[in-house]
Amino acid sequence: MPSNKSVSDAPISQFINCRILRDHCLQREDLWVRDGKILDPEKLFFDEHGYADKCVDCEGSIIAPGFIDVQINGGYGIDFSQACDDAGSGVSLVAKKILEHGVTSFCPTLVTSPPHVYHKVLPQVKVHDGGAHGAGVLGFHLEGPFISLEKKGAHPEQFLRTFSSGGFRDLMETYGGLDSVAMVTLAPELDGSQSVIRDLCQKGITVSLGHSVANMSQAEEAVQHGASFITHLFNAMLPFHHRDPGIVGLLTSDQVPAGRTVYYGMIADGIHTNPAALRIAHRAHPSGLVLVTDAITAMGLPPGRHTLGQQVIEIQGLHAYVAGTKTLSGSIATMDMCVRHFKHASGCSVEEALEAASLHPAQLLGLSHRKGNLDFGSDADLVLLDETLNVKATFISGEEVWRK
Amino acid sequence: MKLIILNDYDQASEWAAKYIRNKILMFEPGPDRYFTLGLPTGGTPLGCYKKLIEYYKTGEISFQYVKTFNMDEYVGIPRDHPESYHSFMWNNFFKHIDIKAENTHILDGNVADLQTECEAFEEKITAAGGIELFVGGIGPDGHIAFNEPGSSLVSRTRVKTLAKDTIVANARFFDGDLSKVPTMALTVGVGTVMDAKEVMILITGSHKAFALYKAIEEGVNHMWTVSAFQQHPQTVFVCDEDATLELRVKTVKYFKGMMHVHNKLVERPPSVPKKN
Repeated sequence: MPSNKSVSDAPISQFINCRILRDHCLQREDLWVRDGKILDPEKLFFDEHGYADKCVDCEGSIIAPGFIDVQINGGYGIDFSQACDDAGSGVSLVAKKILEHGVTSFCPTLVTSPPHVYHKVLPQVKVHDGGAHGAGVLGFHLEGPFISLEKKGAHPEQFLRTFSSGGFRDLMETYGGLDSVAMVTLAPELDGSQSVIRDLCQKGITVSLGHSVANMSQAEEAVQHGASFITHLFNAMLPFHHRDPGIVGLLTSDQVPAGRTVYYGMIADGIHTNPAALRIAHRAHPSGLVLVTDAITAMGLPPGRHTLGQQVIEIQGLHAYVAGTKTLSGSIATMDMCVRHFKHASGCSVEEALEAASLHPAQLLGLSHRKGNLDFGSDADLVLLDETLNVKATFISGEEVWRK
Repeated sequence: MKLIILNDYDQASEWAAKYIRNKILMFEPGPDRYFTLGLPTGGTPLGCYKKLIEYYKTGEISFQYVKTFNMDEYVGIPRDHPESYHSFMWNNFFKHIDIKAENTHILDGNVADLQTECEAFEEKITAAGGIELFVGGIGPDGHIAFNEPGSSLVSRTRVKTLAKDTIVANARFFDGDLSKVPTMALTVGVGTVMDAKEVMILITGSHKAFALYKAIEEGVNHMWTVSAFQQHPQTVFVCDEDATLELRVKTVKYFKGMMHVHNKLVERPPSVPKKN
């Protein structure tokens, strides 16, 4: 018999034999889905006298909200920051591949690039929902070029910019447009940055602080103007100092406006952040921790030598070296690895590890009304995991998009 | 009347659940023949529900052809309030079994016309052919459903104002705030339950011992509404040792001496022969 038609004709799926992450804890509950959204079965029962059309046996899996990666530069040989004519297909390729890491939506990230790269790449990729074709695109994360020369990291120095023409105009000249932009990383100590932060936040774009030599009060001022994220904490910023803790100090600042949370990105690959530093951050501010891969072109490629652009890199285990050297050429971690490593290194609960890859990034992007949780009405973007947090299957809008 | 005395709460719950299981199995319900079951809420029946869910999961019983009628519901709290009896039934029983929503009946305490709702409930019971087995619990003051002391023993389903004792006792479920506790409820009447073919009352814990004594050793009295079932032709009281503390030794010994007979009622029935 078909399900009740009084509310919707769409078939109803019931995920059984699972533990679901809801209200910050794993619960032995079934998960119900209709029309790509999580359904309240009690309402279905009493209001519609409805029942499930299909049962999905999860064989004891954990069901968590799909992972959200807000910082990923590429992977599988694709570099999002390349000005090519088919940037869209590059993003699509990675979007499809990261389904197996449990990632259901992400922010393709562009590192500091000359204006023509932004003008070329940004219009080619629109914000769109995920599906069988791949993880959803939540919008670009533009990391630079309005960052500090001293903390440029691997960003090319010649393309760094300042807000010399008054701020927002510089931004628009560089990026060309902000239609498909979700987040901008900038250095708050640059002159004019505070008004840029305000303008960006007004447009609903998340502002992140990073690649910066800002002191604590500059960082706090930026937060008061609307900045809400710290790009890869500890990396590319002043080291913690007890008389001026700098950007790191935001984790325990008392100047953060009431009701607001400062989130911070963590590359928990066991290489880019020492486990002790990871624990310090987590214990100081657990609810703000956002796992990011910061993955580069080489992520997903098999071990061995690869030629990427002008560079030859060598992958050994979790390390990607500039070939023949011991110089790290970026992260090749996958999101599921980061979740497992974070749990292992911090000793946090399974729930905390999963929320750092789902709930927190959704909150950061202002999407927690529909993503990052398994509340009734949220998008049915799901990742099924075994006890040790290996991904078994990934679902977007209630449809299976990947299975081991 | 039967009085079943088990060692503790868990055993009492299991006995009750097996009894219900057997009743359903022997009835041989089917598409043209639904088993009608009256159900309580509260802490006492929880263990019994858990066991029934277990029997469902192991394939011993199905609720596909069972219709349920709940005893009562608060007036004026949202249906999805965690303390509503709708929520209770969903979370502790319905969501775990194969019952169809259309076969479950719980009074709606949020309708405009409460009286009509109550009358309609009685009609639904009648339309379902009456209740085969009504399961109930009681309060320490001997109330069955929300038939507080002094309720008519021939009462039907109706709106009831709750006794102060009940409101105070329930405050723990409403943040300890008396003003949040519903003061009214819809409840089946004593007469409604009396009409059931069979009644099973669960009584556990020493705090219910005096009520059990009043229920079975003293006379029928509307101040202890559960005592009305002395006049029901087929009533089973299922209790634990603690609940017998106020009973006479003679009473306890007599019923304990019958346990070997009564326990036959909960033995797994031989597979029920299919009708041709």
